[in-house]
Amino acid sequence: MKHRYLPMTESDKEQMLEAVGVQSIDELFSDIPESVRFKGEYNIKPAKTESALLKEMTLLSQKNADLRTNTSFLGAGVYDHYMPVIVDHVLSRSEFYTAYTPYQPEISQGELQAIFEFQTMICELTGMDVANSSMYDGGTALAEAAMLSAGQTKRKKVLISSAVHPESKEVVKAYAKGQYIDVVEIPHEDGVTDIAALNDMISDDIAAVVIQYPNFFGRIEPLAELEKVIHANKSLFVVSSNPLSLGALTPPGKFGADIVAGDAQVFGIPTAFGGPHCGYFAVTNKLMRKVPGRLVGQTVDENGKRGFVLTLQAREQHIRRDKATSNICSNQALNALAASVAMTALGKQGVKEMAAANMQKAYYTKQQFKKNGFEIAFDGASFNEFVIKLNTPVKEVNQALLKKNIIGGYDLGRDDEALGNHMLVAVTELRSKEEIDTFVAEMGDYRA
Amino acid sequence: MHNEDQSLIFELSRPGRIGYSLPEMDVPEVDLSELIPEGYQREEEAELPELSELDIMRHYTALSKRNHGVDSGFYPLGSCTMKYNPKINENVARFNGFAHLHPLQDESSVQGALELMYDLQEHLVEITGMDEVTLQPAAGAHGEWTGLMMIRAYHEANGDHKRTKVIVPDSAHGTNPASATVAGFETLTVKSNEHGLVDLEDLKRVVGDDTAALMLTNPNTLGLFEENILEMAEIIHGAGGKLYYDGANLNAVLSKARPGDMGFDVVHLNLHKTFTGPHGGGGPGSGPVGVKKDLIPYLPKPVLVKNEEGYSFDYNRPRSIGRVKPYYGNFGINVRAYTYIRSMGPDGLKAVTENAVLNANYMMRKLAPAFDLPYDRHCKHEFVLSGRRQKKLGVRTLDIAKRLLDFGYHPPTIYFPLNVEECMMIEPTETESKETLDSFIEAMLQIAKETEENPEIVQEAPHTTVISRLDETLAARKPVLRYQKQ
Repeated sequence: MKHRYLPMTESDKEQMLEAVGVQSIDELFSDIPESVRFKGEYNIKPAKTESALLKEMTLLSQKNADLRTNTSFLGAGVYDHYMPVIVDHVLSRSEFYTAYTPYQPEISQGELQAIFEFQTMICELTGMDVANSSMYDGGTALAEAAMLSAGQTKRKKVLISSAVHPESKEVVKAYAKGQYIDVVEIPHEDGVTDIAALNDMISDDIAAVVIQYPNFFGRIEPLAELEKVIHANKSLFVVSSNPLSLGALTPPGKFGADIVAGDAQVFGIPTAFGGPHCGYFAVTNKLMRKVPGRLVGQTVDENGKRGFVLTLQAREQHIRRDKATSNICSNQALNALAASVAMTALGKQGVKEMAAANMQKAYYTKQQFKKNGFEIAFDGASFNEFVIKLNTPVKEVNQALLKKNIIGGYDLGRDDEALGNHMLVAVTELRSKEEIDTFVAEMGDYRA
Repeated sequence: MHNEDQSLIFELSRPGRIGYSLPEMDVPEVDLSELIPEGYQREEEAELPELSELDIMRHYTALSKRNHGVDSGFYPLGSCTMKYNPKINENVARFNGFAHLHPLQDESSVQGALELMYDLQEHLVEITGMDEVTLQPAAGAHGEWTGLMMIRAYHEANGDHKRTKVIVPDSAHGTNPASATVAGFETLTVKSNEHGLVDLEDLKRVVGDDTAALMLTNPNTLGLFEENILEMAEIIHGAGGKLYYDGANLNAVLSKARPGDMGFDVVHLNLHKTFTGPHGGGGPGSGPVGVKKDLIPYLPKPVLVKNEEGYSFDYNRPRSIGRVKPYYGNFGINVRAYTYIRSMGPDGLKAVTENAVLNANYMMRKLAPAFDLPYDRHCKHEFVLSGRRQKKLGVRTLDIAKRLLDFGYHPPTIYFPLNVEECMMIEPTETESKETLDSFIEAMLQIAKETEENPEIVQEAPHTTVISRLDETLAARKPVLRYQKQ
């Protein structure tokens, strides 16, 4: 058959078969036993031409309500942010996106250097010493942090704040089961990790305590107080953090965090229905040799020229095999590149300005809701999210809002029955005053 | 590629330059110190670079020129299936209705996305011969771990707690034993025989009532089809274990043999290999997992279902292993894979494997006279050569790989699988033309000749790259993992 991706002509085929010394391509499959040989063709949809497929996929995509033509107040771990246009132009350089892992450094210096720069930027934002080249996402990064902690402390129990992202909590629990690690949730008190409860729960079998900052409800957790309790017990202090918020907030590294993990989706990466995003993983120098995944290091070539290589590979699965403490191989390199370009475009000033804009706009929105008589649940210092109480199930509200081209906030009742009719509202720098005011007005009927 | 030293982006930074255009601040502002508790307002700024947009673009363009991708040239990296990444995939994945969807939107507003996912699952069910597929795992290794966790849950649900061992062949990918460990199993290795296939006698020796599963790649990492697959399935199933298929090499058997028909209970696929989601310099990938009926209850949740009202997620899965990833997988990569499958159709996918296998056999026969061919039989989509003949002349496989860089090629996978001395693992893929294969063959033959006549040129390679061989020992001994301002 002829296809634009398949260059082999009939004449090529004949010459090649002759060189191999067989009569037909079928002969090359004679080692597949007759009893397991698949006959014929798959029963799948027939091929479409380029233009026909483009049309079909365009129509399919239009069955979705996207964030470009609707106004979104939905966050809960994935955010609609300003994406510098330049990001996609860099990503579209196919020298980057069609390359494999940079195992041959002489012809992969571009990728290696870009990742070295990414590692540096993550260290800068989180206030940590070492960052790896990326993880799948914030949730699995947190799970790897819990596993690293158990291995490091030789303890088999992890405490996780109930104010951590619910899906991340589920992922941590799934991974923990694999390693026979117990995961116990610390309750929250009015939307912030309950330190009194933590004090009661902590003991010398706790490998790590996992806190999210800002937490799932948008609140700024008291890391300084938490750190004292955690380190007094010689447990590791693991912080899941939205890196954009660290443009405004004191970084977890300053509070003595041992591991900071999270997702860099906020920097130039589309929401893409949940993935691919870009997990990051940062630690103190002490834990450098325990980090999962790939690390890029600086070195010199035979002529003394600066260059970059994958390093400390003795940690990794392809060397350690069954002794490896993580099985990660593929990561999110291309998205780490996207995040690097976005962090560069924003730069030192932009990241501060953008973080501040999120706080200002979320604060303004919260004040507007208050003025309109809404009750704010868990009210207090927050980043770009807060919780409002409604008189109607959030799902119903959101379906009504959709008709007005508004994507409403997250339904907290999904994870906690006690929070039925509670909506987690996210307001990023992209939302204009007009959009915010319209949203608040549309919500009027649902005041609790 | 040019030769001057490449500055780090931080070294190009100048205070006061900007590369952004943030939305207007159109709400009344309050002092941040009123919004942030004392001690929590950042004082020391993050030292991110400050550049104009053009300078950023020049920097990354320069970096891209120091990188080799499939679009730059031939990339016969064994086991990685470095085929062409179709451009239509990139366009489709960037449609607003795919790229800019929030995973927690109301299901009624994402029916197109769910339809795509569901149809992709259906296509993968047919391609693998399994009963159900989940798209949640983010990559191959993630899929392996997911599959093994399901196998563990299955045995535990049967009260079968003694099944703590996972068997892998000595030729297995490193992720296999690592995934087994992370899923709480111990790994046992089964030897290969003189034909490069799993030694059935050794398999019978290691299998037992503690066997949870055997993980297998078929064709294996030597590019050889495990002909005794049905006997192996019988041995494992007979002992009460499950058979796991590592789909890294699926490009070899599309329309020729389905894992489900070979007796496998669990399969993971690497959509970024066989189904052209680009490799992206190491990721993102996508690692869907397919299972047979008896493992369906253990699939990660939520599970996508279709009914009269449309598509929705089922979260009520009491026996599920739980969630392995936030949201529903690497959707953007799944969009690309789906677009590819729909571009190829059934006859296209069949041709993919046939051409990939003919390309590999052609190269193998052309290179066999100059290098050692440890397993002299038809290969599938890839094959291994041994450089032991060259090693005797003082040229190692690493040197051959580095010399290939001078010819503009990415070298094959080297020193893997571990059971072949001075191994080179070559996978041409179906998207390469005969002319490309012939040029590569010529380069390899020339290197073999140089090894005999002028070995220094090979030993000292590469000669034409932007940088020569790097000091990896220094990098590991004195790790410099980030830039520090001088």
